[in-house]
Amino acid sequence: MLLINCPWCGPRDETEFHYGSEAHIGYPEKPEELTDKQWAEYIFYRNNPKGWFAERWVHNVGCRRWFNIWRNTVTHQFGPSYKPFTKQPSRPK
Amino acid sequence: MSTVQFTFDGVTYHGNKGEPLSAALLRNGIKVVTESSYRLRPRGVVGLGYEEPCALVQIDSGSGEPMVPATKIELVDGLVVRSLAGVGDLPNQIDKARYDKTFRHVDVLVIGAGLSGLKAAQKAANSGKSVIILDDQFEAGGYLKDLNEKIDSKILNSLKKNNVTHLQRTTAIGLYDQNYVVAIERRTDHLSAEILPEIARMRNWHIRAKEIILATGAFQRVLVFPNNDRPGIMLSHAAATYLHKYRVGTFNSAVVVTVDDFGYQDAIRIHKSGVKVQAIIDIRKKVTGKLLEQVKKLGIEVILGSTVVNTSADQSGSLNSVSIAQTSLEGEVIGIKQEIKTDLLAVSGGWTPTVHLATYLNLKPVWDKKIAAFVMPKLPQNIKATGFSNGEFDKVTNPPAVFFGIIPEGEDAKVSFIDLQRDANVRDLRRAVGAGLTSVEHIKRYTTIGTAHDQGKTSGTTTMGLLGQLISKEPHEVGTLTFRPPYVGVPFSALAGRDLGILSDPIRTTPIHSAHLLANAPMEDVGQWKRPWYFPIEKENMHDAVLRECKAAREDVAVMDASTLGKIDIQGPDAGIFLDRIYTNMFSSLKVGASRYGLMCGVDGMVFDDGVTTRIAEDRFLMTTTTGGAAKVLDWLEEWLQTEWPDLNVYCTSVTEHWSTVAIVGPKSRNLLAKLAPTLDVSNEAFPFMENRYAEVAGIPARIARISFSGELAYEINIEAWYGLHIWQEVMKKGKEFNIAAYGTETMHVLRAEKGFVIVGQETDGTQTPQDLGMDWIVSKKKDFIGKRSFTRSDTTRNGRHQLVGLLPLDNKTLLPEGSYIVNEGDSKKEGKLTHIGYVTSSYSSSALSRTFALAMVADGRNQIGKFAEVPIGNNVARVEIVDSVFLDKENTHRDG
Amino acid sequence: MTIKRRHTEELPEHPDFLWKNPSPKKSYDVIVIGAGGHGLATAYYLAKNFGITNVAVLEKGYLAGGNMGRNTTIIRSNYLWDESAGIYEKSLQLWEGLEEEVGYEMFFDQRGVMTLAHSVSDLRSKQRNFYANAVNDIDSQWLTPEEVKKIAPIVNISPDVRYPVLGATYQARGGIAKHDWVAWGYAKAASDLGVDLIQGCEVKKVKVENGKVVGVDTNQGFISANKVAMAAAGHTSVLSEMAGFRVPLQSRPLQALVSELLEHVLDTVIMSGAVHVYVSQAHKGELVMGAGTDAYNSYAQRGGFHVIEHQLASALELFPIFSRAHLLRTWGGIVDIAPDASPILGLTPVENLYINSGWGTGGFKATPGSGWAFADTIAHNRAHELVKPYSLDRFVSGHLIDEHGAAGVAH
Repeated sequence: MLLINCPWCGPRDETEFHYGSEAHIGYPEKPEELTDKQWAEYIFYRNNPKGWFAERWVHNVGCRRWFNIWRNTVTHQFGPSYKPFTKQPSRPK
Repeated sequence: MSTVQFTFDGVTYHGNKGEPLSAALLRNGIKVVTESSYRLRPRGVVGLGYEEPCALVQIDSGSGEPMVPATKIELVDGLVVRSLAGVGDLPNQIDKARYDKTFRHVDVLVIGAGLSGLKAAQKAANSGKSVIILDDQFEAGGYLKDLNEKIDSKILNSLKKNNVTHLQRTTAIGLYDQNYVVAIERRTDHLSAEILPEIARMRNWHIRAKEIILATGAFQRVLVFPNNDRPGIMLSHAAATYLHKYRVGTFNSAVVVTVDDFGYQDAIRIHKSGVKVQAIIDIRKKVTGKLLEQVKKLGIEVILGSTVVNTSADQSGSLNSVSIAQTSLEGEVIGIKQEIKTDLLAVSGGWTPTVHLATYLNLKPVWDKKIAAFVMPKLPQNIKATGFSNGEFDKVTNPPAVFFGIIPEGEDAKVSFIDLQRDANVRDLRRAVGAGLTSVEHIKRYTTIGTAHDQGKTSGTTTMGLLGQLISKEPHEVGTLTFRPPYVGVPFSALAGRDLGILSDPIRTTPIHSAHLLANAPMEDVGQWKRPWYFPIEKENMHDAVLRECKAAREDVAVMDASTLGKIDIQGPDAGIFLDRIYTNMFSSLKVGASRYGLMCGVDGMVFDDGVTTRIAEDRFLMTTTTGGAAKVLDWLEEWLQTEWPDLNVYCTSVTEHWSTVAIVGPKSRNLLAKLAPTLDVSNEAFPFMENRYAEVAGIPARIARISFSGELAYEINIEAWYGLHIWQEVMKKGKEFNIAAYGTETMHVLRAEKGFVIVGQETDGTQTPQDLGMDWIVSKKKDFIGKRSFTRSDTTRNGRHQLVGLLPLDNKTLLPEGSYIVNEGDSKKEGKLTHIGYVTSSYSSSALSRTFALAMVADGRNQIGKFAEVPIGNNVARVEIVDSVFLDKENTHRDG
Repeated sequence: MTIKRRHTEELPEHPDFLWKNPSPKKSYDVIVIGAGGHGLATAYYLAKNFGITNVAVLEKGYLAGGNMGRNTTIIRSNYLWDESAGIYEKSLQLWEGLEEEVGYEMFFDQRGVMTLAHSVSDLRSKQRNFYANAVNDIDSQWLTPEEVKKIAPIVNISPDVRYPVLGATYQARGGIAKHDWVAWGYAKAASDLGVDLIQGCEVKKVKVENGKVVGVDTNQGFISANKVAMAAAGHTSVLSEMAGFRVPLQSRPLQALVSELLEHVLDTVIMSGAVHVYVSQAHKGELVMGAGTDAYNSYAQRGGFHVIEHQLASALELFPIFSRAHLLRTWGGIVDIAPDASPILGLTPVENLYINSGWGTGGFKATPGSGWAFADTIAHNRAHELVKPYSLDRFVSGHLIDEHGAAGVAH
């Protein structure tokens, strides 16, 4: 049961959240101009690093808002969380 | 202390209330508690707590429980247990006991209420922090309590004064990320052998702590030598405690074999209990200090540089003598054997700090040669360890020997046990090494060491130590201790808590539900919803009921509770633009008061949900979704709004439960509506298809939508939820003269299938584009929307994709099974694997068509229309014609009545 | 109850000698990265079927220490899509002769696998699965709740539970095996055929020159190879990145659990997607259960306890008799999951570098088939027929093989 720091509500149990995988994947501005491969990258390819990962969560049964957070996929340690469209804090050490 | 009765293997005995069952068994002379699992060797009590590898019993009284260590059962009157040989029995009777859960946040959680833990809790509480201290023993005091030493009452009082939550009989079973601890409290088994229905038998504590203090103590280890498993051979701390504290008087004399000073302490305690300690056999060559003087003063012989090298047993299998000999620290027997007659061998093989919880976080314990133990590694900032669990064995004057036993060969190796419960022995260890195994993880699997009920509490370090002795390595060069939660076995029911039966998943019902129950409608589970499946009259079966309901909808009027459909209120000046991006078709052009059917796709272009959306106002839409898809769709809308289009001024709210929806369907629905809403002009001209009107229905303000999922003239009456039942009853009353019939999900499915309307999740499985469903007409070419780009990928544009078609079995009574596969003509009877061309998605008997029919997804389906195919059904074959997916009223003449 | 009781008896012993522990040579024809089930099987079939024995299997930890030693050992081939049926059925056929072929006891036991349906729509999709199996010539039976009860008397088929049992598919040829014994059987057989099994050897870099793989840098130095095959499950993303290309995989924790040894009450394997249960009772008597995957990416081999609790609550709904069984041990593996919950197999953008990944929760049962077809693919430097549908290209074309419904737990 991870303890996740929602930037709006504060730390809450993992069961209040849904996971959204990698953060900072934007919907392509002109999908029709992408090659099939580029479009596939957008739909299916997400990074899967061992270590620090900037990822998305939504506080589903709380404020229902999306946010981003740094988390280490090896230690399950969290770094800072931040709201969408705000400056990304630097990768934790 | 009062005397109580208990039953072991069918015989009644007496014991002291509250003492461990193991003590009572020993006092009653029961040294042989069970046989070992594989080698059927007699086994008795070895330990004092959860480390117990042998004395496991089945509890038959109360709730009943398989495989519980006798050391952890508190004696109560009427307890019924029996011995087990390594395999438990699941009680057959339903468990009437309750199990509950509680969730806590706390500043400091102390695990272990020995002296170190208690002091840590006191300190934290005194500094004003909220504290929970939990401990798996019957009473606080840990090691000292076993020594019969009293804990300073000031400490306990100050905990009480500071409102510290102090839990005994509570075992921390797991430590998880961000300081999350799960602990199980046993609340009734010590009060009564019977189930106490008013108290939860066990409580499952979920505790999030800012700081955790591990004061979990340590376990004593066994030593390995031939026949080290005989009843009468016990860990010295346990033996001394049984004799000294619990006054077990079963043994005549004792020998202590040790690698450390604890053996001396325990020898003194055994001596104090009145049992003669014939000798202390110490592997160390040199020992000095007070303890040594003390035991000498008591007349106990100390034999240094030696250890036990074998034992023998009496007829019952219990110990009657030990052989000792000079032995090197490498385990080589170098001296002449000497035999000592004794019925108790107390083994002090060193201590293993209880590091389990830390290893659950993947922290690797480190070897500390000074104390011959794996100790806690560097812990994270907010976890601390104290006392024995931190390797603080402060009473030690002579360092312990790094010695785990002797490593015999041949037949002796087979009876030199490392893991007593698994009967895993030195021969197994030797074979594992000989087999080429180098990882201790492989050796565990090869030998099964550490996989039994005690999960290697006494055998873990010993395995690595012996392995080290065998291949001339230090224990830490061989590996380290890894444990997996839970720390002790926990009944499934304690973890399930109350999340069972009706509480296993919420049940959602509509405000009209009671009427459906009164009508004896069987219910269908749709997600969490209960929906009436059909409405049988008297003894009607489903088939007949559905035909009758369909007939009513096609010829007269029928009514359905459509309240479960997901409803999302979408508001804001950009709502129209937003929906244009979500749906494949346009919504910004929809005029106020009108409704439109919409289809939404995932980014992969596959159909995701559908429903009718109504423009309530310029800046307000009411979206409906499938019953099962409502939550998913709301999540989807919010994700796009928040993470992609924050510039759009749109807000979404689930209003599914706010509105009841009663659909009246059929050629006479207009007449019925006119009766229900006398102020409303229901004429086709005044209230055309896909429009909405506000009017009072049966006295209640309602929004009436003229939409149809059956092809018939139909209206959906939307009222505030709590009027649902009233409207339903009024509809039924006023509908009587039109031969109204209530219908359920099954008839709804038939009616829509006759018109070729798809159901998302039935015609689709996440791999269909709108085009596959023959719905090109709904895919806008003018605008971008989610998933559009995916339609031009090579697989979505290829020929031969499965497309929606209709099927008519040539025998018009044959009902094709839903999900059955379709093959080309003549292929059914081929041997082996068949090449299929598609599968049946929906299949029904139709009243309107007077025959059976089906919808199907067929490869290149629209080009196959008019052709014949086969559906193999077991040994039979149904021949079918592939037809258009619309079976009824292709010209849409019915919808205007 | 009419359960055949298996008495707890000592298992046959592992052989006296398992495998050699050689130091790596300077160069190999084929390097397989990852000594899990698939890696070991691949090496075995390379040697056995193609005579390619100058092969090293590199393992950063200990052999079969990943998912191969952490799964719930369910074997079946009754998948929905033809492509899946192809490779899983090939696998099942290999399982059926494997102990004899490899010469190692594996406790392969065709006790049947039952998949329960709990709602009308669940029933419909299970029926489709049943008919799909029939056209693919894969044995499958449809069971009524009463027939379910006959095979597994402890299942609660009462209509009064929250999600009653409405029917089930049953593959009688499905079953279980003992995972360590399978891995060790392959390892021993491969080692006997001359394959070098090198443990404690972590690949630090996949070396690529002119678009072609030339070897790997490891903590034991550079090892050159003509061909390199990745069979590293949850670590595939990390390896692919070293080789310079991406894979659409996410690594997630998947937890499992066992009880203590119990007298036999369940003689088949039971799965239920709708109520999140899959369970069997192993040879010695422990109940073995799988939980759902945890929600987030992780390489930590552990998950949250709430997943286990949810799993046990679900289990008690179906099997009230389990209420007093003890949870004895839980653990986690890292499963690599592709967007369509199907594996990624075959060639890669790097010449002579091959990929075998994305098995998600279904890897164990596929071990023989996957190794067999992957070895063929490596030996011939082209995708075997059974492997073809699983290429990386499918994510570009959109030709996915959507098996989300296939696992016991939908995720």
